[in-house]
Amino acid sequence: MKPEVETTVPRVELRPKDAAAGQWLEVAMGPHHPSTHGVFRMDVVLDGERIVQLKPVFGYLHRNHEKLGEGMSYLASIPYTDRLDYFCSLTNNWAYTLAVEKLAGLTVPERAEYIRIITAELTRLQNHACLAGFLLQDLGATGTPLMYAFREREKILDLFEALTGARMMCNYMRFGGCRCDLPEDWVPRAKKVVAETPRFIDEFENLLATNEILLARTQGVGALPAALAVNAGITGPMLRASGVNYDLRKVDRYGLYDRFAFKVPLGAHGDTYDRYFVRMLEMRESVKILEQALATIPDGPIIDPKTRLRGFRPKGGEAYGRIEAPKGELGFYLISDGGPNPYRYRIRPPSLINLTVLEDLCRGHTVADAVAILGSVDIVLGEVDR
Amino acid sequence: MFSLEEIKSRLEAAIPTARLEIVANPSPSGQHSLRVDRDSAVAVARLLRDHAELRFDYCSNVTGVDWLAAEWTEKVKIKQPVEGGEQEIEATRTARRPAHLEVVYHLYSMEHRQGPLILRLCTGDRTADSHLPSLTPIWRSCEFQEREVFDLFGVHFDGHPDLRRIFMWDEFKDFPMRKDYVEPDDYEYEPTPHDEVLAKARKHQLPEAPT
Amino acid sequence: MMDAGLKSELQKQGVFTTTLESLYNWGRRNSIWPLQFGLACCAIEMIATTMARYDLARFGAEVFRPSPRQADLMIVAGTVTKKMAPQVVRLYNQMAEPKYVIAMGACAISGGPFKQGYNVLKGIDRFIPVDVHIPGCPPRPEALIHAFMTLQQQIAAQELTGPRRPRHLQPELPSEFPVPRYGDHDLVPPKNPDRWTAPAISRSNS
Repeated sequence: MKPEVETTVPRVELRPKDAAAGQWLEVAMGPHHPSTHGVFRMDVVLDGERIVQLKPVFGYLHRNHEKLGEGMSYLASIPYTDRLDYFCSLTNNWAYTLAVEKLAGLTVPERAEYIRIITAELTRLQNHACLAGFLLQDLGATGTPLMYAFREREKILDLFEALTGARMMCNYMRFGGCRCDLPEDWVPRAKKVVAETPRFIDEFENLLATNEILLARTQGVGALPAALAVNAGITGPMLRASGVNYDLRKVDRYGLYDRFAFKVPLGAHGDTYDRYFVRMLEMRESVKILEQALATIPDGPIIDPKTRLRGFRPKGGEAYGRIEAPKGELGFYLISDGGPNPYRYRIRPPSLINLTVLEDLCRGHTVADAVAILGSVDIVLGEVDR
Repeated sequence: MFSLEEIKSRLEAAIPTARLEIVANPSPSGQHSLRVDRDSAVAVARLLRDHAELRFDYCSNVTGVDWLAAEWTEKVKIKQPVEGGEQEIEATRTARRPAHLEVVYHLYSMEHRQGPLILRLCTGDRTADSHLPSLTPIWRSCEFQEREVFDLFGVHFDGHPDLRRIFMWDEFKDFPMRKDYVEPDDYEYEPTPHDEVLAKARKHQLPEAPT
Repeated sequence: MMDAGLKSELQKQGVFTTTLESLYNWGRRNSIWPLQFGLACCAIEMIATTMARYDLARFGAEVFRPSPRQADLMIVAGTVTKKMAPQVVRLYNQMAEPKYVIAMGACAISGGPFKQGYNVLKGIDRFIPVDVHIPGCPPRPEALIHAFMTLQQQIAAQELTGPRRPRHLQPELPSEFPVPRYGDHDLVPPKNPDRWTAPAISRSNS
């Protein structure tokens, strides 16, 4: 990695409105547009079909998570974290509880750590499957891949429902552990779902990995150099697709991830295809973690009995906790003034920060490629706008 | 992995004009932070990023904190000379915090796998003197996050390439994440309000449905 | 109206009789095309409803149209923020009559868990009329299907003539509603006073 990085944000000066500017076309894609992921808007300036400038516009789903979090107790914020990245409520729970545990110095029993890893990896599986489905939908494969992905997702959601009572908004983890223990037949059911997953990944790859349209539309499109990715704070599969080996499960070793053998898949080119394929490989690694964790899950309590959930008042101070969420580094920064509510409740959203380089990726490509690039970044607007 | 004191002394040696201060964090997380003065913030940040042994190449999180003016009394131990040596006595002291806005940066090093190093920058007050240098030229990841701090807290970042509101619309005048922001009164509160919520609900009812 | 017994007798002979009204409503209620439009979490459950497991196509409603000109139904699936509200109203105005609205989830009904947020609209019915409300956060796909069936029943019960005919057959009733604009502190106006008035509350302790 070179220390010298181009750090000034490149800006294109638009030609004045008179004279030759007539050929340039300004188009607002979104907030209602079939291929923006949610209520996201891109103000693009086009030269023919090529993108000259692209400005993302946010805030159409700004639901004031942070303001609400500062007005309620630590426990009451947990259901709100579900609604950040609404595909991955369990990893959001984990990031928040990790920050609170750091703030108050709580410990988590071994069984609860196992359950957290199992649910987080299942979340990662269904997130990446849906990402691949949506990306291919954006590329024109209308319906079929997304249906395959959602078929797989429903199996995992059934497991979540059996465990937590809800399909999407699980509200499951608590600081110091988890809310309830696994139901009786849950581990065998989960083993069955996990055992079926590699067949789904194979099927998906056979269908698509050598598809000529997919290759033509994604290879060499939207390449992200590693130095820029690091400087722009890109995290998660998008960073690793650019070849930077930085996975918080290995770096921070939070939870009990160091007990499990798994690899960190890396891309070489950082283009749309690598971003897609790194996620497919990550799903296979998640299956490995799940197989190990489900085989060795120990008995024991699921929550530290000393934890006070209600009336929880940590001492004054601050803490930043972060985990490797499916979309990147999800962090929570909490400042406590000793009261029942956090004084400051900040969410570090990977989806928002991964969009920093969207303009750099799209410039010079066509509008249709911008749609594919946005699909490969993998954003969820609940987390971008919060 | 360097300790915060080592980093601080290296920075002071390289940038003699920098005024740095370690802010202790009493929580079990042990994440202490480094307060940097406004004038040398960019130089400090550049050194942190480019220094071969530090290489904080990744700025993870940028956020604002609104501190209202506060006054509190705390007990301190003072050593007082008495006959035949010193004696510790307890005295109460009034501590004062002026109103200001603070911006917190969480830095990590991807190359050396270390962090977090927490930088804090403070404005002079919450109104006229709310300018801070932008660190976007050092870390591109600050671009949207500093815009967010500008939008919601009203900190003006000098040197930011594109400082506009990010979440609220451009015509919006307030800074909603500030502690003294009053939101529009446009909803019914709880079905069974009490205490201050009841006062709020009564006020809410008055114009439309006097009872 | 035809006698029900005669109608059933004729049906046994292979003669089907119906009224123009019920034929018209039968056709419309079985080909509701929703607007392809999702706002937040509920949109994911809406997508799940259209997928293989729940299969909204059984109700003739799988054709999600990206253009409001081609859509009959707007599913407001998720939190409407104040920044998004003008666009939602504009999309509604651009839809052709007859048009229907399902408010999906707690946020679209009342602001839901985000009710106290400064940028959250406390219910889409402050600006546009809503035909079916589905509670839930998010509602399950079954709940959305139930909302569909409720809407189908509503359409089936519509009378084409007379004083109780629906809005789209009464030219004097509005089919477009004013779009709010962004103000200094809030939307201007914060609600459409012709559409929505705050419910009068009486409390014993107030």
